[in-house]
Formats: sequence, structure tokens, C-alpha cells
Amino acid sequence: MLNLFKFWGGVKPPSHKTESNNKPISVAPMPSHLVVPLHQSIGGTPKPVVKAGDKVLKGQLIGEADGWISAAVHAPTSGTVREVAMHVRPHPSGLDSLCVVIDPDGRDAWIEHAPFDLASAAPADVFAHLQRSGVVGLGGAGFPAHGKLTPAPNVAMDELIINGAECEPYITCDDLLMRERAAEIVRGTALFRDLLQPKKVLIGIEDNKPEAVAAMQAAVTALGENFTVVAVPTRYPAGGAKQLIRVLTGKEVPGSMRSTAEMGVQVFNVATAYTAWRAVAHGEPVISRIVTLTGNVAEPHNVEVLIGTPMDELLKLARPHPDTDGILMGGPMMGFLVPNRQVPVVKTTNCLIAHSERLFPPKAPEMPCIRCGSCAQVCPHELQPFEMYWYARAKNFGKTQEYNIFDCIECGCCSYVCPSRIPLVQYFRFAKSEIWAREREKKAADEAKARFEFKQFREEREKAEKAEKLARAAAAQAAKKAAEAAAAAAEPAAGEAPAADARTAPAAASAADSEKAAKMATIQAAMERAKAQREAAQPRNTGELTPEQQRDLAEIEARRQAAGISEPPAATQEPKAE
Amino acid sequence: MDILTAIAIMALGAVVLGAALGYAAIKFKVEGDPLVEKIEAILPQTQCGQCGYPGCKPYAEAIAKGECDINLCPPGGMEGVQRLADLLGREVKPLEAEEKPKQVAIIDENTCIGCTLCIQACPVDAIVGAAKQMHTIIAQQCTGCELCLPPCPVECIHMAAVGETLDNWKWKYPVVGIKAVPLKDAA
Amino acid sequence: MIFAPSPFLLKDASVSQVMTQVCVALIPGIIAYAWLVGPAILVQLVIATFAALLAEAFMLKLRGKPLALFLSDGSAIVTAWLIALTFPPLAPWWMVFTGTVFAIVFAKHIYGGLGQNPFNPAMVAFAVCIVSFPAMMSQWPAVGLELRLLDQIDIIFGLAPRVDALSSATPLDAMKTALRMGDSNFDIAQLLANQDIYGNFAGRGWEWVATGYLIGGLWLWHRRIISWQVPVAFIGSLTLLSGALWLYNPAAFANPVFHLFSGGTLLGAFFIATDPVSGCTTPRGKLIFGAGAGLLAYVIRVFGGYPDGVAFAVLLMNLSAPVIDLLTQPAIFGMKDKK
Ligand code: SF4
Ligand code: SF4
Ligand code: SF4
Ligand code: SF4
Repeated sequence: MLNLFKFWGGVKPPSHKTESNNKPISVAPMPSHLVVPLHQSIGGTPKPVVKAGDKVLKGQLIGEADGWISAAVHAPTSGTVREVAMHVRPHPSGLDSLCVVIDPDGRDAWIEHAPFDLASAAPADVFAHLQRSGVVGLGGAGFPAHGKLTPAPNVAMDELIINGAECEPYITCDDLLMRERAAEIVRGTALFRDLLQPKKVLIGIEDNKPEAVAAMQAAVTALGENFTVVAVPTRYPAGGAKQLIRVLTGKEVPGSMRSTAEMGVQVFNVATAYTAWRAVAHGEPVISRIVTLTGNVAEPHNVEVLIGTPMDELLKLARPHPDTDGILMGGPMMGFLVPNRQVPVVKTTNCLIAHSERLFPPKAPEMPCIRCGSCAQVCPHELQPFEMYWYARAKNFGKTQEYNIFDCIECGCCSYVCPSRIPLVQYFRFAKSEIWAREREKKAADEAKARFEFKQFREEREKAEKAEKLARAAAAQAAKKAAEAAAAAAEPAAGEAPAADARTAPAAASAADSEKAAKMATIQAAMERAKAQREAAQPRNTGELTPEQQRDLAEIEARRQAAGISEPPAATQEPKAE
Repeated sequence: MDILTAIAIMALGAVVLGAALGYAAIKFKVEGDPLVEKIEAILPQTQCGQCGYPGCKPYAEAIAKGECDINLCPPGGMEGVQRLADLLGREVKPLEAEEKPKQVAIIDENTCIGCTLCIQACPVDAIVGAAKQMHTIIAQQCTGCELCLPPCPVECIHMAAVGETLDNWKWKYPVVGIKAVPLKDAA
Repeated sequence: MIFAPSPFLLKDASVSQVMTQVCVALIPGIIAYAWLVGPAILVQLVIATFAALLAEAFMLKLRGKPLALFLSDGSAIVTAWLIALTFPPLAPWWMVFTGTVFAIVFAKHIYGGLGQNPFNPAMVAFAVCIVSFPAMMSQWPAVGLELRLLDQIDIIFGLAPRVDALSSATPLDAMKTALRMGDSNFDIAQLLANQDIYGNFAGRGWEWVATGYLIGGLWLWHRRIISWQVPVAFIGSLTLLSGALWLYNPAAFANPVFHLFSGGTLLGAFFIATDPVSGCTTPRGKLIFGAGAGLLAYVIRVFGGYPDGVAFAVLLMNLSAPVIDLLTQPAIFGMKDKK
């Protein structure tokens, strides 16, 4: 038996898994429309390759990966592209991002697809295939899978870990996947093993899922693999990548390390292994996933659902109780309330929890920190949350960094136990994003300064050059004059020369004047033209406006004129992002 | 007698410590004038001249010399004032002008006549273009200083607020205040 | 839509729960106290609680904080009870009252209220009172003094003369006086010889009270309200030092058991030095804090001018807690071999 290690801290919230894990996975019916966000994984935003009106087939590429760390996006079913437009994304910010909206035609017709020829493929081809198939980490962050399949250059790959811990309360999608589709997970694991060549393969599952452990064990034995299926003690956040690594191998990956591969370990979620295998063995891109529907609902269960399904349509399948007042995406420890109910399911949506005050009572008022240390007792990264909180609250961000705020994984254990009900994690998220913003600002300021200084330097140089040129010209002039004078002196009519000089000077001046006047005239003309153009230009987006809107516009226009700003009405385009 | 000894000891202590401090002040005197640099690091480098100085550095020098107030830089905002006050140990004062959200300039490319006047005005070379060619602004490099607005003869430049995107979105400060949520059973 | 940040699940815990458990843990000690020393302590507890709530309400009002929320957090009651239990049982009512008010107003709210006080409020009250009223703070009921509850109440409220029997010294006092006088005739061993340690120690059974605190303290540790470091380090250092001196000269120094079960040792170890707000928070810091408080308590009670040293020891350690914390920051996950 494998020797297991312990990680510091952790909590044991009520698991609420039995509600949804006793029914088999069902298939969700076709939704009325699908909103597929292009940006569903960490890294570059895929470029749309379809436009409104296009007919697409199930599995057809609609967003092309942009760069190495990025993964493709596909049409989840066949139908017509209604639009490629900005829609709210399931993200706590509630901001829009570019989405492809598809009206299904009901045929659900697949595009031609074929198994990937693994035997004759080089690793690079496999990576490209996984990227093309949109395989990303389905556990949480959504890191493109192929990006994690290369060992670090000079560290031997010791362990490959498949994460089936699923430590968050309520969520059971991985549990059901392991119970029902263990063989494909094991095959996907074998694929990863072949690419990474680790010494050992460990499959970690929390010991509150005995059926999943048994199913995985049976599949491993049946397929003759030498993977070790390990039941790890149930304790949140045992399913955090770094915690699972610690439990299974005893290694502690520091927060500052960018990739666990530098410690010779790599972790994949079970669902990632499953989709990777589907992509290779059947040529199917990631267009659906298993989602747990639970919380304040009458029929909690797991469904296989197309990416892009609007959440409210999906949640209806579980028959939410009438007092449901929101939808939580993810688990109750790290998930978030979606900004609006129509947001679509994305690749990282593992669970939808119907939120109600009965289930999640509103938080009691926040009290001052009594430094009881409970938070430090449970922090799996052994931080001192109350110190970070103290400084984050005071917006003393430098100090929060001294207390290693960037090692915080936002697991929420500290908030969970805090007797003073302080939303500690929220303070940490706030501090982190402020620090990032400041770094961005600092960078921009440094750049601006450098550019400003360069411009000044350039102007100085130009001035110097001009002065030099002038001096040279003057010297040449003087020399010429001297020569002329000498010549004139040699001539008999010497008295005329200065007079001629006096005559040429005003002539030159008037020439300069006329040049200036001409320039002014052109500018004037251009201004006229521009004005005419501006007046002629029909504002692009004011074609079909309601009377109210037109009235509003007129008012704004009037106000503008009153304020003396006459902006070109057509110039409302956004600043170029990035 | 006792009391005299006590006083003597205290006095001696004071003299010794004072001497040590004085010596340290001479010995570890900082060369150069890093203060200007420190101040400049806080200023936003917008180079807009709204402070009444021709750029951030002259303003930083003026602050360091104590010639002017620390609340003259609108792009720096109240936060900038706060940080300057912390650095210099001076009093926080409300900002002279109104604080504005960050903006970028946009050239209406249909109207631009290619006069290059804005290029000359831009302190950070954020405008590209050549004589009689359409000009455009590199949004990332634009500091939003508005210096390019007045020279434009056809008024084709306008400012637009930088919107919130997923790249610059920030978590908000937790609002659950002690006073905000009264206990339900509060008397 | 509603907005709330994760986590959405919260453990059932609150400040008032923590404080209530501390109060519950004090009850065995209080019962022993009332049983063996006199029920007057109950009166003192009531006076202190009343004073604390009054002062707390007043200060909250003044600072514009929600009354119900903070009054119900129980922190003032813990302070009040600690004051009542550390003051002499027959101290006049006004002393307990002013002591408590002082603790709440000056040691707690002036610094910002709950969670902000750098010093343990109860110990500040004790220190202030013992400096201001040294005589009355040293009047412990004499050995063999039997008073009925009503008489005790009369003494507390100044209705009866403070009988001479009251001004007798505690065993700690007697020991110290002897030590200071260099009285070679006095033998600590003798003082203790005719008292079984679990019998009638100092005539009143203080050791039973101490045992009550010990039980309550262990329960608190079991509930994870306090961590083991402070009590273990406190008791450990005090036992070591007293043991060493006792072995060196048993005639002049009392044995460790005496020190453990007299004065405020166990109350201090489990209830006072463990106060999280004014104490250390890192594991190593807590060990240092406890050990320091134990040593200082011993030194002050044996060599210093006051009958017991726990209060001053804790205050001195409160003073150094921030520095200790800063120097004992634990290594974080993944950085243990790099620190
Ligand atoms: S758990 Fe809450 S009250 Fe306790 S130390 Fe941490 S932040 Fe403070
Ligand atoms: S959220 Fe951060 S600070 Fe809190 S317990 Fe988790 S890792 Fe530690
Ligand atoms: S106002 Fe601020 S940003 Fe503008 S030049 Fe002055 S210091 Fe720089
Ligand atoms: S483009 Fe205009 S607003 Fe932007 S930095 Fe240059 S001058 Fe300033």
C-alpha cells in the first residue's frame, strides 16, 4: 500500500454529495439556442472562423486556437450561426466576451470525423490534435491540456497524477464519470502516460466515493495497466492540485513555481483524461461535458450537456424550488454566483447549484478579527490569513505580499472557519487584483516615461542638428558674401552691392509669407471639407432607433453643443483592445 | 543624593545617544537626491502638464524642493496624493482638480487631414502617421493626457474612457461592513 | 441577482460561541471557588458582569457601533469574569466595579474595541488596582475564616468593617516575606509541611479551585478554542524554574506543585495567557509567549514586590507579542526547506 502524506489544515464541510450521486448520468435535451464563448480556457482568445448566417455541423471548428496556450472551440450541434457577438460570460465580473450563438436545426448532424492515428503520430502531432480538439483541464482553471503534457527540460517526470478527488461539497460529476466511464478515463490516462513517460501513475480519489474507487480499480485491472488507484482521506481541499500532490507523493510545490512539472509531477482531472481519449479514439472535440445539477432543486442529478447551453434552461431539468434566487457555478467553497441566469455552460462548468437563502443563509455581520488563529490552523498553504486580511483591509498591499498573499489558492477554508464571519478570501482576491492592476499601471508609467524622455532627447537632438545646419548655412552665406564683396570690390561699381542685398531680403520674407498663407489656406480648406464630411456623415448606429432613443440623442447633441464639444458623431468605436 | 545620581545617569544616557545619532546622521548620509526619483516613481507619467509643470519630472523636482503642493496632479488621483503624503510626511489634501477615469485618445480617421500637429504635441509618441497621411493612436501607449486635442485643426481627436475588460477587471473591496448589515433580531 | 462571495458554506462558529465556551470552561473553577472559599465570588461575578456590560454599552454607543451585535459577542463578560476571579474574593464592590469599567473603557475601547487591544484588559485592571490599592488587593480571607454569605456581602459593600482576619497573607505572600527578610528561622518546608497538597492547602483548598481551572482549560483545548502551546509552555517553564530552585535550596523555595496550584497560575496558563487578541499567533510564538509569561510570573511572585506575578508577566509578554510574531513566522507550504 502506498504511503500517504498529510497536508496542513483543511476543513470538513458537510459534503451534500448523496443527493445527486445516486442517479445515472442522463443526457440533456437540445436547448433552444447555444451561446458558445470563444474564450473558454486560459491563454489566448480563439479567433472566430464562422460568421452570422453560416451553417455549422456538430463538431465543426468555430474558434481557432490563438497561440500555443489556447485551445480550439467547436459547434456543439448542427445549425445556423445566429450571430457572433458579445454576451455575458459565466465569470464573476459579469462582463461580456465574444460568443458564437447557434440556433440548432434539430438534426444534430456530425461533421466528418475519424479516430486519430496514434500509432504513427509524433508527440507534437498529438499535442496539435488535442489543441485542435479543444481539450482543456476540466477540473477548474481550464488550462489547455497539451500545454501540460511536455516534461520540464531537465527534471525527470516521476509521477503522473489523475485527480478524481472532487473535494468540493455538492459536486458529483467526476464521481459519476468514474463510475460509468472508467475504462475511457484509464485509456486517456494511458495516453498521458505515453506522452509524459512518468515512473508512476497514481489515481487519487477521496475515500467518500467507494463506488468510483472500485470502478476505476476494476478498469485498471481489466486493461492491464499498472496504475495505482488510491483512496485519499476526505478533507477539503484534497482535490487541489498541490494538495493532492502532497498527499500522494509528499512533495510540496511552492506557490511561486509556475508548473508542477518542475517538481517532476503533473496532475490531470479525470474528465480531462476522458475527453482526451474521446478526441483521440473517436476524433470528437470537446463539445459537451457532465454537469451536476443540485442545490435547491427537487431532482438533483448529473447530466451530459452541450457546451453553450443557457444555465436557466439546464437547471430546469432538475426542477428548482420556487425560492431559488440565483445560480452558483462550481462548488460552494470556490464557486461564484453567475451574473445572470442565461449565461452558458462552458468547459469548466462542473456543477450548477440552485442558490437559496434556506440552503446558504446570508452571512452574519462581519465582526472584527479576534486573532483566534482558526484561519491559520486550516489554511492548506500554511499562510497567516488574519495578517494578510489586516493589511488587505488597510490597502497596504506591499505587506500582504510579505505575508505571501500570492500563495493563497483562494480555497476558502479560512472564511469557512472564521468566527468573526470575515469574508477573508474576498479581501485576498481584492488585494491580488489591486496588486496586478498596480503592476500594469507601473509598467505603463515606466513605458510612458521612457517614451517621453526619448522624445525630449530626440527634440534636443533635432534642435541641435537644426542649429548646426543653420550655423553652417550662415557660415556658407557669410563666405559667399565675403567672396561677393571681394568680387564687388574688385569691380568698379562697388556701391550697388549692399542695395541689392537689401532688396533680396524682403523678397525672401514675402516668399515665406506666401508659403505660410498657402498652407493656412489648405488647412482651412481641409477644415471646411472635414466639416462638410462630418455633417454629411450619417451616424452608423442610428439607423433604426426608437423615438425615445432619438430624442435622447438629440438632447445629448444639444448638451454637447452647449458645452462646446462637437464630437464627430460617428466616432464611437472602442479603443483598440490590446 | 539618589535623585541626583538618577538624573546624572539619565543625562549621560541622553548625551551618549544623541552623540551616536548625530554621528550616524553624518556617517550614513545618503548621497545624491533619490527623493526626486521616489516622487517621480509615484507620479503617473502621463506628462500632461496639468500640474503646471512641463511634465512629471519637473513637478517631482518642484515637490522635492518644497515649492509646491502635492495635490496638483489630477491623473495621479487621490491615491497619488495619499502616497506622496506618506512618502514626504506631508498632510493629505484634496485634489485640486477633479479626478477623471483613465482615458485614451481616438482619432477619427475619416476626418484626419494628416497635419502632424498632434504628433508633435504628444509627449509619448503615441501617435503614428506622416504628413498628409491619416494618423492613428496606439491605444496602449496613449496616456490620456489630452495634449493632442487643442492642436488638431479639424477637431478629429476625442477622448474615450477605457472600459472594463476581462483583462483589467478587478475584484471589488468587500462591502460587508459592520454597520451595513444589522442583526435581524437587533433590539 | 444577489451578490455574495464564496465560500457559501460557513462553519457554525461565531465570536459569541467562542466567548461562551470560555465562560463555560470557567464554571468548574467557579464552583470550586464558591464552595471552598465562599459564595461571595458569585456576587463579585455579578458586579463585574454588570459593570462590564454597562461600560461596553456606553462605549459602543459613544463610538457609534451596533449595540446588540457587540454586546452579545460575550467578550466583555469574559473580561469581567477574569477580573472577578483574579481579585480577592472580598474586595470592596467599587474596586471590582471601577476595575472592570477601566478594563473595558481604557484597555479595550480606547484601542479600538474587540480584537484591537494590545493588552489583556482583565490584567490591565488587575495591575492598575494592585498599584493603586495595594493593601486591599492583598487582603485574602484568612485561613480558617468562616463567614456566612450575608456577612461576606456586607464586607464587599462596606457595610461591615473589614475584619482583621481578612488582611492575612496568602501562602505566596508569607513565603515571599520570609524570603525578603532573609529569615533563617522561617522554613518554607515547614509552612507547607502540615498541609497535604490535596487536602486543605492554605486552609482553604485553593488547589481544588486550580483543579477546576485545569479541567476547564483542558476542555477548551479539546474544543480547539485554545491551542496547547501557551499552557504547556507556561506551566513547563514555571515548573522547571521553580523545580530547579527548589532542588537547589528546598528550605528557601517552595516546590513546583505549590507554585502550580497557588495564585493565578492555572487560571493564567489556560485563560489569561491564551487570550488570542493580545497574545502571539504563530505556533512558535505561542511557545515563547507561554514560556516567557511562566518565567516572569515566577520571578515576579518570588522576587518581586507583588503577591502574584501572573498579571504583570502577561502584560509584559503582551508588549513583546508583535515582535515575537514577526520573528517566528512559520514557513509556508512548499517553502520549508528554503527558509
Ligand atoms: S479566523 Fe477570523 S477571527 Fe480568527 S484569526 Fe482568522 S480572521 Fe481573525
Ligand atoms: S483561501 Fe487562501 S488564505 Fe484562506 S485558507 Fe485558502 S489558501 Fe489559505
Ligand atoms: S499633472 Fe501629473 S501626470 Fe500630468 S505632468 Fe503633472 S505630474 Fe505628470
Ligand atoms: S495620443 Fe493624445 S492623449 Fe494620448 S498620450 Fe498622445 S497626446 Fe496624450
